[in-house]
Amino acid sequence: MKIEESEKLLPKSVFDEMKAKIKEYKISSDKTISKITEETIKAYEKSLICPAESIGIISAQSIGEPGTQMTLNTKHFAGVSEMNVTQGLPRIIEIFGARKQSSTPSMKIYIKAPHNNNEKFIRQFSANILETLLKDLSKEINVDLINFRVEIVLDLNEMRNMNVSMEKILKQISLSKIKAEIKEEGDKIYFVSKNNEVNDLFKLKVQASEIFISGIKNITQVLPQKKISEFVILTAGSNLKKILIIPEVDIQRTITNDIFEISNVLGIEAARTAIIEEGMNVFNEQGLSIDVRHLMLMADVMTHDGIVKGIGRYGVSGQKSSVLARASFEVALKHLFSAAVHNEVDELKGVVENIMINQPIPVGTGAYKLKLKEVKKK
Amino acid sequence: MTEVCFNGVIVGTVKNAEEFSNNLKKLRRNNQLTNKLNVHYDKKADSLQVLTEAGRARRPLIIVENGKSKLNDELIEKLKSRALKWNDLVKLGVIEYLDAEEEEDSYIALNEKDLNEKHTHLEIINAGILGSQAGLAPFSNHNSTGRVMLAAKMITQGLGIYTTNFNLRIDSDVSIMHYPQKPVVDTMIYKNVKYDSHPIGQNVVIAIMTNEGYNMDDAIVLNKDSVGLGLFRSTFFKPYICEELRYSGEKDEITRLPDPDKGVSRLRGMEEDYAKLEDDGIIYPEAKIHPNSVLVGKVSPPRFLMGTEEFRMEMREKNDSSIACEREDGKVDSVILTETEDGNKFVNIRIRQARIPEIGDKFATRHGQKGVIGMLVPKKDMPFTSTGVYPDIIFSPHSIPSRMTVGQLIEIIGGKVGALGGRNVDGTIFSSESEKDLRTQLHELGFRENGSETLYDGKTGRMLNVRIFIGNVYYMRLKYMVSNKYHMRTRGPVQLLTRQPTEGRSKDGGLRLGEMEKDVLVAHGAALLLKERFDSDKEIMPVCSKCGMISYINYYRNKGVCSICGEDAPVTFIEMSYAFKLLLDELKSLCIYPKLNIKYKD
Ligand SMILES: [Zn+2]
Repeated sequence: MKIEESEKLLPKSVFDEMKAKIKEYKISSDKTISKITEETIKAYEKSLICPAESIGIISAQSIGEPGTQMTLNTKHFAGVSEMNVTQGLPRIIEIFGARKQSSTPSMKIYIKAPHNNNEKFIRQFSANILETLLKDLSKEINVDLINFRVEIVLDLNEMRNMNVSMEKILKQISLSKIKAEIKEEGDKIYFVSKNNEVNDLFKLKVQASEIFISGIKNITQVLPQKKISEFVILTAGSNLKKILIIPEVDIQRTITNDIFEISNVLGIEAARTAIIEEGMNVFNEQGLSIDVRHLMLMADVMTHDGIVKGIGRYGVSGQKSSVLARASFEVALKHLFSAAVHNEVDELKGVVENIMINQPIPVGTGAYKLKLKEVKKK
Repeated sequence: MTEVCFNGVIVGTVKNAEEFSNNLKKLRRNNQLTNKLNVHYDKKADSLQVLTEAGRARRPLIIVENGKSKLNDELIEKLKSRALKWNDLVKLGVIEYLDAEEEEDSYIALNEKDLNEKHTHLEIINAGILGSQAGLAPFSNHNSTGRVMLAAKMITQGLGIYTTNFNLRIDSDVSIMHYPQKPVVDTMIYKNVKYDSHPIGQNVVIAIMTNEGYNMDDAIVLNKDSVGLGLFRSTFFKPYICEELRYSGEKDEITRLPDPDKGVSRLRGMEEDYAKLEDDGIIYPEAKIHPNSVLVGKVSPPRFLMGTEEFRMEMREKNDSSIACEREDGKVDSVILTETEDGNKFVNIRIRQARIPEIGDKFATRHGQKGVIGMLVPKKDMPFTSTGVYPDIIFSPHSIPSRMTVGQLIEIIGGKVGALGGRNVDGTIFSSESEKDLRTQLHELGFRENGSETLYDGKTGRMLNVRIFIGNVYYMRLKYMVSNKYHMRTRGPVQLLTRQPTEGRSKDGGLRLGEMEKDVLVAHGAALLLKERFDSDKEIMPVCSKCGMISYINYYRNKGVCSICGEDAPVTFIEMSYAFKLLLDELKSLCIYPKLNIKYKD
């Protein structure tokens, strides 16, 4: 068989790899190449799943078994840094449960070539993206009950470090739509309350200290790290959209661990890849190995209709088409009543339903039926 | 300010908690406060606990002041001459009892020579740290902590003579060992709690070697001839009770032979099950019983009678409610006839079974090394030493390294020395006879000092190429025996509601194929096997194909009847699990109409 003929029979990645290997080993004999092609096709076909194989349960068992060995340690300190990353079982639950709020969102920011070894640039960059609130730049925040105002004493050193000028602060305060009269006096800023209520004054204090001054929202911590040949900035908190706009950022490698953000910014295919990567990472970091195809199946199930759905009551399991399967999973009454109200029909095509009514399940040997046509003897 | 809690209730605050607690202790030692009081100052929570409640485990310790034990030589002399007693020492403030809370505040020395200024208390005996239970095992200071605790737990399960008046008592599920022996290697605590009067095991010869794999995974190989000579033999007692209940009117239960000729409707067993009953309907002592033998014959009035039926004589049919034994052989040990508080006749029958060690019975040493019998090997096939000694037990060497029960190995040497020298060996922790001494003594007795010997294969007579560690050890037979646990079922009783098999050994139940086991069959795609495994409640149901509800057949007219569509309904038969039919019924009770849409297979 000629190598070109196999292009239709093999997936692109396998075909490309085979071609590259043939080139790498400098094989030129047509006979050998033909043999290699045939063997590759044979191996590929052997690795295909048979029809009616219960891949769902096999995946569940293959993920579940190493899952039992996973340590329940939630927190793990990545080296010297003080960055917390959820790991182990809690992280798995986060990924596959498709929790909207990740408990430890984090980004890995790569910088484009000329700057990625410039330590000074990296430090400046880190300072610029770090979310800075008014309270981060102030020494003291006082409530002045006599004059009914909030007094903020600015920390000039910190302002210099963060590269923030007084004008910038005032501009951001005016943008923040805070309901108070603002007065500036040296290194002090006063927020004078418009009504004379003590409760409002304390509310004003909280509002004033939370005024956004500079940086990128949600990035609460930055940590530049020297990797082998370049600097990588790790962050706590994630804001992919804003980071990717910055021209110096290498948009191809910069990544977040927040799957919903990836889904919103980069699309559902990227979210699928992210689920696989993140899932694989959790297992690998615990020293457990599972076949990536199990996670690929999970990711496919979670993303196949365009939005990220979790495995569970509100996601995949809660949206099964069979009434009986849904009822047997959780909150039986709710599903049964809603099915009755909507006059639903259970086609009894799934595994769970058929076990319930004691009929052969439609997987494996039960997926096929013998159709016999009676031939009458003449 | 520190909170002060008295028996868990806040009663006030003090400024200097440490001083306050010291004062309380001083008052207690001077007998100005009850000696049942304990104080604990929790620095972290900043609270002071004063406890006088009942139910705290407390233990006595010698008080130490300024690095010196308060039990001085003068007092010891007085104790020796019996001028002083234990209670006097408590009153004198020499000994006090600490509970678990106050122990947290104390610094307790194990030995008097270790005492320094910081110590607050001294152990009365250093072996006392194990308590009376774990202290029964010898050489525990050579074992890992977990094994010591396991051993303490297993000592409570060893068969022996649990009480000397066991013959007069009716206890449920107890065993008596026939020939319990004092251990060759004992401890000081063992002697002091007088365990010698009711020991819990026997001294056996143990060889540490493999034996054709029959002692793998913690199993042990037992010498069948030793068992034949009575090793570890025990008797199991089990009581059965029968009460003559009285109902209203003349409807009383009567203990008598249920006789079908006298209106008893149906016997609960076979006729021969009743063979051993005497005229009063009660079995006689020493009667041999078989599985399902009836012990007491009893007839009861029918339970459910409607209105007028109650007064009609012919309806006074009697039900057989005899008491039968479970699936076991044995003998009737004693029959006790008495009355209950309500004046009802009460029969108490105790059956007895000889329990000879069999494959699956559980045994353990005093070092937390438990295991079941894997094989009973005849003496002729057991290995033997050059002096003709056969081991009673062959113990797997793989059980030793990971458990680190070095104490057991020392006990084997100690047991060998004791057995050969005709004496007891002291294995009290911290003060036991030293391993070195035992080894030299063993050598003096004419054996290899490390306890190993050359063994010969019992089957071939050939010398084994390795020397085998062999000696004497104290073994206990634990109360768990296979004959109480084994269970099998082919067909049997089902539950009334679901028609699925009952659960549990006592109800002759089925073995459940659970959720995860089901998943395995699904993963293999074994659809028909799965169906077959789950059809214990398979039922063929007549279903009306018009309205989709369960209907029924009028066999007299051979026509299907549907309670909705009436007679001559188009009824078809559908195979389903009874549990599913039950689900449909429950849905109906929720006002949901579960219609079965029937399609014919094409
Ligand atoms: Zn009908």
